Amino acid sequence: MLIAESILLTIATAATPLLIAAIGELVVERSGVLNLGVEGMMVMGAVCGFGAAFVTGSPWIGVGAGILAGAAMAALFALLTLGIAANQVATGLALTLLGLGLSGMIGEPFVGRSGTKMPVLDIPVLSDLPLVGRLVFGQDPIFYASILLVIGVSWFLFGTRAGLTLRSVGDNHNSAHALGIPVLRYRVLAVLFGGACAGLAGAHLSLVYTPQWVENMSAGRGWIALALVVFASWRPWRVVAGAYLFGAVSIGQLHAQALGFGIPSQFLSALPYLATIVVLVLISRNRRLTLINTPACLGQPFVPGR
Amino acid sequence: MRKSLLLLAAASLTFAMAPAAHAQDKTKACFVYIGPKTDGGWTQAQDVGRMYAQEKLGDKVETQYVESVPEGPDAERVIERFARSGCDIVFTTSFGYMDQTVAVAAKFPNVKFEHATGYKTAPNLTTYNSRFYEGRYIIGQIAAKMSKTGIAGYIASVPIPEVVMGINAFILGAQSINPDFKLKVVWVNSWHDAGKEADAAKALIDQGVDILTQHTDSAAPMQIAEERGIHAFGQAFDQIQAGPKAQLSAIIDTWGPYYEKEIKAVMDGTWKGGQSSWDGLKDGILTMAPYTNMPDDVKKIAEETEAKIKSGELHPFTGPVKKQDGSEWLKAGEVSDDGTLLGMNFYVAGVDDKLPQ
Repeated sequence: MLIAESILLTIATAATPLLIAAIGELVVERSGVLNLGVEGMMVMGAVCGFGAAFVTGSPWIGVGAGILAGAAMAALFALLTLGIAANQVATGLALTLLGLGLSGMIGEPFVGRSGTKMPVLDIPVLSDLPLVGRLVFGQDPIFYASILLVIGVSWFLFGTRAGLTLRSVGDNHNSAHALGIPVLRYRVLAVLFGGACAGLAGAHLSLVYTPQWVENMSAGRGWIALALVVFASWRPWRVVAGAYLFGAVSIGQLHAQALGFGIPSQFLSALPYLATIVVLVLISRNRRLTLINTPACLGQPFVPGR
Repeated sequence: MRKSLLLLAAASLTFAMAPAAHAQDKTKACFVYIGPKTDGGWTQAQDVGRMYAQEKLGDKVETQYVESVPEGPDAERVIERFARSGCDIVFTTSFGYMDQTVAVAAKFPNVKFEHATGYKTAPNLTTYNSRFYEGRYIIGQIAAKMSKTGIAGYIASVPIPEVVMGINAFILGAQSINPDFKLKVVWVNSWHDAGKEADAAKALIDQGVDILTQHTDSAAPMQIAEERGIHAFGQAFDQIQAGPKAQLSAIIDTWGPYYEKEIKAVMDGTWKGGQSSWDGLKDGILTMAPYTNMPDDVKKIAEETEAKIKSGELHPFTGPVKKQDGSEWLKAGEVSDDGTLLGMNFYVAGVDDKLPQ
């Protein structure tokens, strides 16, 4: 395997969980809800995914369990923020704390166990193509799911009536409500979708990225996913760019270190974050573009009839 | 923000669970952990040590712990809470708790403190450490014997003397077998991020490394080594489960007997502050996992070196040793003093990396 191909594969593996969690959160935020609990839902997806795969021996059941766990956490969030209009920021933070604590408890029997790794899809001949063969035709199923998710979300938001309605709910829930659109129903579904995505991202961590359970193994990736949504100014394909940029800089800096260029490692470790911030600043310089894409009702509670 | 929230949650949880009034005749030993107690590495080894002491000393001792306490100012609050809550002795188990432990120890002269891997003591503060470098010298020798490319990869956490010392011991061990042995170092600037450690492992393997060793806490690099068909060494814990074909050996932290001894000393009133305890292989504070996946002649070399270190015949940091910049550090036959090792801030020759300052 060529070194470039191997690097590309590593970048794809690093970017996939970020991409999946971010694309889910993008839909949530487009509906006008800010769920800061991505990290908590992700880590629950990781532990439940690992646990189910470990007990049953099937990584597919693990993926299912991860998705369900993420969605269950999101349901709790929906109940609190949409059901009784609790503060979204505080609830989201609490969800992260809950997820981190609960996952540690659930995961105790699985610590140090070697998990089942998700098998890679291998299309003969095509996967032997130089450079892009393995990248395009020999990856794990969750990688393909991430690409399909982006295509699907992009098509849904900007190509369907339901997507237009969802965006209108996020931009002005009062007008949408006056038009007879069931605002809360849209938001609940969006939040559940976001949770399922975060859970899938977590399952990727514990079944593909590093097939094991380690407490707190999401290690801040949920927060990066949240930042990526803003970085992408709520546009799906920019999330892909952001996730892969972050992944590429993260992996690139490790290679730079291994080559021994003599650049301080603390600086290199900060590079992915710096690069993301720089791009964020550059993008938000265009005020008009940012305004158009920012869901105007983001984070605001909606109580019908008020 | 997030960290302190977490900390608050963790701290309040632990204290809520502590019995409101504990019997006064019980000795209370309290532990501050850097990671979750099930991290499969450093902190888990600490917790195994705590449970060992608890089991050995039985009803006369009560142990408590707080997990995932970030290094820095937050740690001071946790240590102080322990001191206030009636702990007789507080073990702070990470290098980064050093100044906080010193500060709290000054405020509570009647409470006893022990700080792991640091170098500052006080009348009621003792430091303790393990000569991990002895194990790293052995695995360096194994690496040089087993590597085909002549390059090993070292996944390092944060640039503190302890980690630099480990890197130097590894390369010195390797050079004692193959003087041209090379070492690539990647810093992940975290003790505990399985994903990053896996990425670092892949990056190193892609650059031609065929032996991995690590100074971080998860078994992720071992899994990658297994997957890519190369060899690796376990860290803090026997990681043979993660790498049945990959693991050559592991440096296992064995804190239990030390904790038992120290808590016993508190109970007997013989505990002494201001000490710096630095035990090694011969004291059993670190042990080597079985030498596996290697030919018998390599195993024999490793076992011989282990025996020599235990008997005191061999000290890994014995001259002649040159620093990375080519200047002489140790003359032929000269053995480094402990102070230099504990404050180590330079590489020896042969490390293919520039030390972050």
